[in-house]
This record gives sequence, C-alpha cells and structure tokens, in this order.
Amino acid sequence: MAGKKRATPGDLPTLSKSPTGIRGLDDVTQGGLPQGRPTLLCGSAGCGKTLFGMTFLYNGAVQYNEPGVFLAFEERPEDLIQNVGSLDYDIGKLIAEKKLAIDHVEIERAKIAESGEYDLEGLFIRLGFAIDSIGAKRVVVDTIETLFSGLENEQLLRSELRRLFEWLKSKSVTAIITAERGEGTLTRYGLEEYVADCVILLDNRVHDELSTRRLRIVKYRGSAHGTNEYPFIIDELGITVMPITSTGLVHGASTERVTSGIPDLDQMLEGKGYYKGSSILVSGMAGSGKSTVAAHFADATCASGHRCIYFAMEESQHQIIRNMRSVGIDLQKWIDKKLLRFSARRPSLFGLETHLATMYRDVTDFDPAAVVVDPMSALLHAGATGDVHSMVLRLVDFLKVRGVTALFTNLGLVSGEDATTEIQISSLMDVWLLLYNRESNGEHNRQLYLLKSRGMAHSNQVREFIMSSDGINLRQAYVGPEGVLTGSARLAQEAKNRAAVLIREQDRNRRSRELERKRREIAAQIDILRAQLASEEAEVDLRNREDTAREDQLAAERVDMGVSRQTGIKPKEAVKPAHTPKK
Amino acid sequence: MTGQHVSELEGYNLRLYVAGQTPKSIAAVSNLKKICEQHLSGRYEIEIIDLMKDPALAIRHQIVAIPTLIRQLPEPLKRIIGDLSNTEKVLVGLDIHPK
Repeated sequence: MAGKKRATPGDLPTLSKSPTGIRGLDDVTQGGLPQGRPTLLCGSAGCGKTLFGMTFLYNGAVQYNEPGVFLAFEERPEDLIQNVGSLDYDIGKLIAEKKLAIDHVEIERAKIAESGEYDLEGLFIRLGFAIDSIGAKRVVVDTIETLFSGLENEQLLRSELRRLFEWLKSKSVTAIITAERGEGTLTRYGLEEYVADCVILLDNRVHDELSTRRLRIVKYRGSAHGTNEYPFIIDELGITVMPITSTGLVHGASTERVTSGIPDLDQMLEGKGYYKGSSILVSGMAGSGKSTVAAHFADATCASGHRCIYFAMEESQHQIIRNMRSVGIDLQKWIDKKLLRFSARRPSLFGLETHLATMYRDVTDFDPAAVVVDPMSALLHAGATGDVHSMVLRLVDFLKVRGVTALFTNLGLVSGEDATTEIQISSLMDVWLLLYNRESNGEHNRQLYLLKSRGMAHSNQVREFIMSSDGINLRQAYVGPEGVLTGSARLAQEAKNRAAVLIREQDRNRRSRELERKRREIAAQIDILRAQLASEEAEVDLRNREDTAREDQLAAERVDMGVSRQTGIKPKEAVKPAHTPKK
Repeated sequence: MTGQHVSELEGYNLRLYVAGQTPKSIAAVSNLKKICEQHLSGRYEIEIIDLMKDPALAIRHQIVAIPTLIRQLPEPLKRIIGDLSNTEKVLVGLDIHPK
C-alpha cells in the first residue's frame, strides 16, 4: 500500500519524517516514521517491540535532540532500564538530563472497582504532563492493550483510545504504539483501526530450530516504502534492519584492479588481479587450499592499506591466524592495525537472515574494501537451498553496490571439478577459481584452474600450486601424453627434460667440433693445391726459357746460313742475339 | 478539602481525583458526599484533588481513569473509578457494610 501515484511529486508537500536512527529502517521507510503522527508497531511476544520503541527514543534523544516519553504499561521503569542496559543505553543519564521520561502505568483489574461512568482523562493528563515537562517530540506507548484486561468497559476504552491517538496527533509528537499480534489480525484488539498512518509488523519465526526476526511495513500512508520482509537482528549494538531484498542490477562496474595476493595468480588474470568490487568464488574439496587463497587475499588487501572483514564460518579467529602463519601470512598484525576484522560465527548460531543482517551490520560499520566468507557452503546448514541462494544473491548485490570486493569459498563435496555448486551461486560470481586435489601415482597434488573471469583475458591453464612457508606458488603444469603432470610425475618429467637438454647440448658441441675439423682439413688441402700450382708455374717458366733459347739459336743459325750464301745481311746485326735471357 | 477530622482507628480517609469541573467530576463529588454522610457520618475525611492543577500527582498516584476514588485509610488501599452513581458498588468497593 504505497503512496498514491502522483504525476508531479515535487509540487506537493512531502511528508516530513522522523528518523529512527535504527540502521536500515530509515532506508526502508525512506527517512523514518511519519513525523507528528502515531505509528503502530505490532508483533507477537518477544519480537522486540519494547526494545524497538526504546531505541527510537534513545536515538531521538542522543542523535536528533528530540526528547521522548516512554509510557510503559507492562514493565516497570527500573526493569526497562535494566533490560536495555545490555545495549549500552544509559537511560538513567538521559532521564537525569531530562531527555527521557518513563511513566509506568499500573492497572490491575482485581484492585479496581467500577461504579458509573468514567474516562481516561488521567492518562491524558499524565502523558501531557510528561511531554510538557521535557518538551518531548517522541512518545512510545507500550503496550496500551493492557488496558483491555484492566478495565471492564471495552466500548468506552475504544472511544478513549481513538481520542488518545487524535490527541497525540494534536500534540505533534511522533509516536509509536505497540500492540500484540492477534490470531489472523494485526493486533489482538484491532488497534490498526485507529492508527492508520503507518503500521510496522515485527515477526520472529522459527524454522529448523533457528529463529529469524523479520520486519515488514504493512502500510505507510503518503509515502513510498519497501514492501518486503526485511530481516533484522538485535544484539549488543542494538537493532539492525537489513534493507536489501531487491536485486536491482544497478551497481557500477569499476575498472580498478586489486591484487589476489598471489603474484602468480595475478599473472593469470592479465597480470593485474581481480576487478575491484567483483565477486570471487573459490571452490574445491576439503584440504585443497581454499582458506589459504582467501587469507592471501585478505593479507594483500590489508597490506595495501585497506580494510577487510573475514567472516569465518568454521574456524575460530585464533585457529585461522595460527594456521596461516604456517604459510608465512601474519594476519595478527593487520588485526592490531585495525585493518582486519574477524567475524567468526557458527552457521547454526542463527538463521540465514540473521547472518545476512549481521554481515550487513558489520560491513556498514567497518566499511571494508574487501570481505572474505569462508566457507560460504557452511551456510547451507542454516537454511534451505533456495533460501541460501537468495541470501547470497542479496549479499552479493549489497557488496557490489558498495564496491566491496568479495571472496567466497565453497566446499565441493563430490569433486572439485564439478562445475556446479550446491547453492547454485556460480552464475552470480565474476571470477571462479577451481582448486583440485588430484590423485596420481599414489599422491595428491593441488591444482588451480581459473574457470571463468568476467571481463578479462585470463589464462586457460591448469596450474599446480604449492603451499610452502612462503605462501602459495604456482608452477607451470606439464602437459604430457597422459594429461597434466604434477607432483613427482612433474619432477620426473623435469629431470627427463634436463637430460634431454644435456644431450642436445652435447650434440651441438660435437657438431661444431666436426665442422672445425673439416675446416682445418680443407685448409690443408688448399695449401697442398697451392704448392702444386706453384711447382707447375715454375715448370712452365723453365720450359718457356728453353723455348726462347732454342729460338735464338735457330735465328743465329739462319744468319750464319745467310752469310754463307752472301745475302748481304750484315753479319754484325745477325750475330747479335734477339733476346738475352735473364740470368 | 472538606469533611471532618476523625480518629485514625475507625476513620475513612478518602481521596477523589478529578480533572476540572466536568459533569462526571461534579457528579462524583456529590455522589461521594451523599454516600459518606449516609453511611460514614462523622468518621470520614474527603480530599478532592484536581489533576488539572497538579498533573504530577496523576503520575505519582497512578491515576488513569477520571474520576478515581482511593481509600487511603483504613488499609488496604482501595480504588473505585467512575462517577460513583452506583452506590452499591461504591459501598462494596469501600468495604462499608450498610447499616
């Protein structure tokens, strides 16, 4: 029953609201309770109505400078003060400072006789006096239905209650009227008939022995409001309503990257790590190293100066810190620096919704950059599968809207390679890391595979990872004829490879020696040929000289013959040799 | 404050809480006086308290309905609400046995 549809909401006066200061409720009501009007708060016994009312007054007095009056029909002031004392609400101090007044109305039918007509003017006078004495702006009436058992004249009572609510409106106080829930009706005595502006229903349901508190705004006249059931918790920090039930996909997407804390894994994620604000699922069988991967991430987040919350579902804080020391991660120092907060709770401690509300409270309180939920699958014990899925969905949405990077671990019961999770959350996750613990050759070896990583080019390799006192290191896995090799098989393969390398090296050396030898051989042959050539040259020269000498001789002989035949040729010229051989 | 001073042993000390001069208040005062004169002549004391003038007393004396009659004495404390028009109920409430 939301506000009426208005074409131009800006033109009309908006309903002013009185903030309750209760975490989450002011989001759901978009600002608080209707100011200057009464609100009906109904629920069965033990729902937290009284505490709700007291918190409204306490926050009003402390945070908004609005004094308040608590008109109690059921509890004595001293009991009230004691009951909320566990929440660090110093009611006594507020009373002394005149910021709060408690008036206890005692009505006991056995002690009262009725004779003739009466009205409840006494109640009006008391309340009016209390309001005026401290200038109250807020009033809680808890629980006025007690009057029905204290007085006989119900008809008169009804008309007086109607008058009371009208009178409260005329006093311009923001009031909460609490009422017991009836069978099939909102309130046992039908008070909703009189208080019509805003009705809030509290509920405490028990399912599988786990109780979950829920809040629903049944109606809020003149205002839009969330219509779903919202889980809420009551603990030492007061009331927290978890305002998320919707799954609107409106969160922004950051391009900023955050390290996974494992350099080799970052390398697989484009060398930069996860996207900020993304959701990471680490799934694997028992002992596959999920918590260690998670601890690396928490450690890296704190090391970069950001805050991180570690929601531990199965181990205590001290156990995790001790265990992580063995892989060289000191989480204690981050706790000391107030960068890391552990929130260790057994899943069966309370219902799912309560877990969700607690996580919401912790996250809004601590404002971390990253959270770790280890293991998420433990929550299966706290509710039905469908409920767990819806809870995780809401948690993921909530964290994404806040830009909180979240790492969830999931224990796979059958095999780490099954590409499903029991709670069907893989589709909600941006990054999914699978951790295997594969058996081969009589040993188990850990492997890691990045099954998906939205929005980045990620490695497709199955990598062996080794946990040592230096943390997690990833090795390149060997892909052999029988699949990927890990552990000693990988070591054997590595030795084999080293031997092969040696042989190849030796081959290379031998080949180059041979070449050298050949080169020398050829050089020697060249020398021999050259020597042969030289001797042939000498031979040719000698022959040439002999030929010349012979020709000279022949010429000389021809001259001599000419002389003898008296041809007129001067013997002097003829005698001279044509060519003088060199020495 | 009206009425006569009487000995504490057998006397009735009655307080009537009203809120201004409403018809119910006026009726209650006159009804009470009538009953007292008739049944407790000489051994009663009536105190009429107007809560409009002193609202703090409404809290201190746990007044819810108007008019309220409280029998302070003799012990124990008794409460009757209404304009006291039903005399019989008033007598039972005040533990007075009609002569």
